[in-house]
Amino acid sequence: MIAPIVALAIAALVPLVVRNEYYLQILTQAYVFAISACGLNVILGLAGQLSLAHSAFFGIGAYAVALLATKAGVPFWFGLPAGVLLCSAAGYVIGSICLRSRGHYFAIFTLAVGIIIHLVIQKWESLTHGHIGVIGIPGPGPLGPLTFDSSVARSYLALFFLALTVAATARLMRSPIGRTLMAVRESEALAGAVGLDVMAAKRMAFTISVALAGLAGGLFAGFIGFLGPESANVEMTFNTLLYVMVGGMGSLSGPVAGTFIVYGLSQVLAVLQHYQMVIFGLALVLLIRFMPSGLAGAWRSR
Amino acid sequence: MELFAQQVLNGLVTGSVYSLVALGLTLIYGTMHVPNFAHGQLFMLGAYLAYSATRAGLHYWAALVVAVAGVAVIGVALERLVFRPLRHAPHLNSMIAALGIMLFLEAMAQNIWGEEFRHINSPYGGVVSLFGLLVTSHRLVLLAAAAALMGALLFFLTRTVAGSAIRATAQNPEGALLVGIDTSRVAMVTFAISAALAAFAGVLIAPISLVYPSMGVMITLKAFVIVVLGGMGSVPGALIGGYLLAIAESLGGTYLSATYQDLVAFAVLALIFTFKPTGLFREAV
Amino acid sequence: MTLLETRGLSKSFGGLRAVDGVDFSVTAGSLTGIIGPNGAGKTTLFNLISRALPATSGQIVFDGRDVTRLQSHQVARRGMGRTFQATTLFADATTLENVLVGYRQRTTSGLFDAMVRSGRLAREEREAEAAARESLKSADLAQVADRPAKSLTQEQQKRLAMAVALVSRPKMLLLDEPFAGINANQSRGLIALIESIAATGITILLIEHQMQVVMQLCRRIMVLDYGKKIAEGTPQEIRTDPAVLDAYLGGHA
Repeated sequence: MIAPIVALAIAALVPLVVRNEYYLQILTQAYVFAISACGLNVILGLAGQLSLAHSAFFGIGAYAVALLATKAGVPFWFGLPAGVLLCSAAGYVIGSICLRSRGHYFAIFTLAVGIIIHLVIQKWESLTHGHIGVIGIPGPGPLGPLTFDSSVARSYLALFFLALTVAATARLMRSPIGRTLMAVRESEALAGAVGLDVMAAKRMAFTISVALAGLAGGLFAGFIGFLGPESANVEMTFNTLLYVMVGGMGSLSGPVAGTFIVYGLSQVLAVLQHYQMVIFGLALVLLIRFMPSGLAGAWRSR
Repeated sequence: MELFAQQVLNGLVTGSVYSLVALGLTLIYGTMHVPNFAHGQLFMLGAYLAYSATRAGLHYWAALVVAVAGVAVIGVALERLVFRPLRHAPHLNSMIAALGIMLFLEAMAQNIWGEEFRHINSPYGGVVSLFGLLVTSHRLVLLAAAAALMGALLFFLTRTVAGSAIRATAQNPEGALLVGIDTSRVAMVTFAISAALAAFAGVLIAPISLVYPSMGVMITLKAFVIVVLGGMGSVPGALIGGYLLAIAESLGGTYLSATYQDLVAFAVLALIFTFKPTGLFREAV
Repeated sequence: MTLLETRGLSKSFGGLRAVDGVDFSVTAGSLTGIIGPNGAGKTTLFNLISRALPATSGQIVFDGRDVTRLQSHQVARRGMGRTFQATTLFADATTLENVLVGYRQRTTSGLFDAMVRSGRLAREEREAEAAARESLKSADLAQVADRPAKSLTQEQQKRLAMAVALVSRPKMLLLDEPFAGINANQSRGLIALIESIAATGITILLIEHQMQVVMQLCRRIMVLDYGKKIAEGTPQEIRTDPAVLDAYLGGHA
C-alpha cells in the first residue's frame, strides 16, 4: 500500500519540476494510457479473459466526447461521463453475448467485434468523418475555480483520474468480488460449484474494463483536441496488452508501471520509434515465455 | 447474370487463397489447440520472400519454392522456440505469444522491405475467355495450382502414415502418444505444412493483389472466420468455408456495399458466435 | 423426507448413453453411496445433479424444487455442495482464500459496497473470516491458512476441498471418490470426518470405489453399470445381489 502512495506523491511533484511542455504532454498521455491498461487488467488479469476488443471502446469513449462536443456543443464535462456510460452499456450487452464463448473463442470473437467497431468508425463518414477524423475538440472547461487549459493542469487532471482508477481497482481486488474474479480465473467449474454466478462476474469485469477504456478515450480526445479512427484500432489493443504484460497482469500497479516503462521508453527513445513494433512483439513473446507475471511477478518472487 | 458469374469466379479465385490459408490454420489448431494469430504473417512472408527471389532473378515458380521452403523453416523455428515450450502453460500464454510473434513479424517485414506496396510479375500474362467470362491467365493458374495442392494435402493426410499420424494426434493426443506416435515430431511437421500452405497462398495471390506488410492481419482474421465456420480442426470445413466466404464477400461487395465489404467476414463470425458460442461445429479432424 | 430425486435422468454424448434413465432418491440426513465399475457413469451422474452438465432428458428434484434447468451456481445456492474427482481448488490462492470463496454465497455485498467500503462489506468480511478460520480449524488446516493451496499435501488438499464445500452450510454434499489415493491410516481419519459431517445433519452422497469404506459408511447404496441403475439397497443387500456381482466380476472390469 505504501508504494502506490509514494509513487503518487512523486508523480504529484513532477509537473512542478518538469516544465518542458513536450514531456508534460507525454506524461499526461502516459497517465491516460495507464487508465486504459488498468481497465484491460480487470478483464484479463483479474478475470482471466483475453479481450481483444479493448481499444475499440477507448475509441468509442474518445469519439463520444469528440462528436458530442463538435456536433452538439456538449461540453467535455458532460461528454466524458456520457462516453463512459455509453461504453458501459455497450460493454454490458456485448459482454453478455461474447462471454458465452470461452478461451480462444472469446479472444477471436472480441477480436472480430473490435475490428467491426473500428471499421464502422472508419467507414461511417457522415457521423465520424471517416479517415479525416474529428478536429477542434474542446478540452475540459473550468470546474469552479479550477481551469484545465495548461499542460500542468491537464497533467494533474489525468493523474487524478488515474489515482481514482487505481484506488477503485485496489478496492475491487480486495473485496469479495475480487476473490470471485480470482475464482473464475482459476477454475470456472469450482466457482460455479460454490455458488458463484460465473457469467455475471465475467460480465461485470468486462463492463468495468470497457468503462475505464472509455474514460481514457474521453480524456484522450479532450486533451489532444483531434482524433482519428486509429485510436480504436487493434494495434492500440496490442500496445495496451504489452503494457499490462510488462508490468504484470493481475497486479495492482503492474499496468501503470508497464505503461510508463513501455510507452515512456518508446516516446523518449526516438530511435525506438522506427523499430518499436519489432521490439514490442519480441518483448511480448519473451515476456510470456520467461516472465509471464511481468515485473510485478519478478518483484514478488525476489 | 454475367456480373454474377464474374463475381462468383472472383470469389473462387480468392477462395482458393483463403482455403489454403485456413487449411494451414485449422491443422495447427487441430493438433496443438493454439489459435495461431501470427498465421497471416507467414502468408505475408511467403509473398515477400518470393518478391526478393524474383528480384534476384529467379523465375516465379522457383521463387515460390524458395519462399515456401523459407517460411516452412520459420514455422518450425516458431514451433520449437515458442509454442512447444508453452504447451503446458495456460492457453492464454500461447495466445499472447502468438500475438507477439504477429507484431514482430509484421514490423520486421516493414523494416526489411519498407512500407511501399511491392509487385511480383506473373509469368502468365494475358487474358483468357472461359465460358464467356474474361479471366486473366494467372488467375486460372492460381485456381489449378491451389486445387492441385489441396489434392496433394488430402492425399497426404488420408493415405500416408505421416498424414494419419497428424490426424490421430488431432483427434486424441494422449491416445496418439500411447500408440507410439511421436507427437513432438507431429507438431513440428504440422507447423511446417501449415506455414508452407500459407506461404504458397501468399505467392499465388501476390501478382494479383500487391505485397504489403499488413496483408497478413486481414487474412489471419478471415482465416479465423473460416475455421470457426468450418470447425476448428476440420479439413473439409476449412476447404469449403474458404470458398464460401470469398464468394459471399465478392457478392456482398458487389450487390450490397463495397465500402463495408471487409466487414462481411467479421459480421459473419460475430453472428455465428452469437448464436453458437463454440462455433458451428465441435472440434474434429 | 426425500431431499434429492432423479426421474428418468439420462445423458447422451453423441451415440453414447453415459447415464440411462436413472430413477433414484436420497433421504434427507442419510449417507448414501454410489458404486459401479469404471465408466459406469457415476461422475457423469454427479455432474448432472450438480448441473455442471445439462441432462439430455429426465428430471432432477432437489429439496422439493425442480432444478433440471438451473445453472450450477443456482443449485449450489439452494444447498448443494460438491467435491470433484480430481481435487479441484483455487491453486494459487491461499488456503484461507479458498474457504472465503466458498463462504461468498452467504454474503450480499456488491460492487457499490466494494467501492465505498461500506459498513456491510466490513461486517461481512469479518463474518467471512471468522467462519473461514473456524472451518479451517475443524478441518485441521489452521496452520496452513496462509499457504497457497497448491503447496498443500494431497491429503490436506482433499480436506480443504471439503471445507470449501462445507463452509456454505449446504443441505447436501456430493463427494466424488474422496478416498482415492488415500492410505489406510488417512482413511480412518477421513471416515471419521465424513461421519462427523453426517452427524451435523448434512445429507451425504458419495461415489467411491473402495468397497470396505462404502460398506462401512453408507446406509444405502446404489449401483450403476453402463449408465443404468442395476441395484439399490442396504450394504447387505448389495453384497449379495447377483446383478451387482455379475457387473463387477463377469464380462468387464
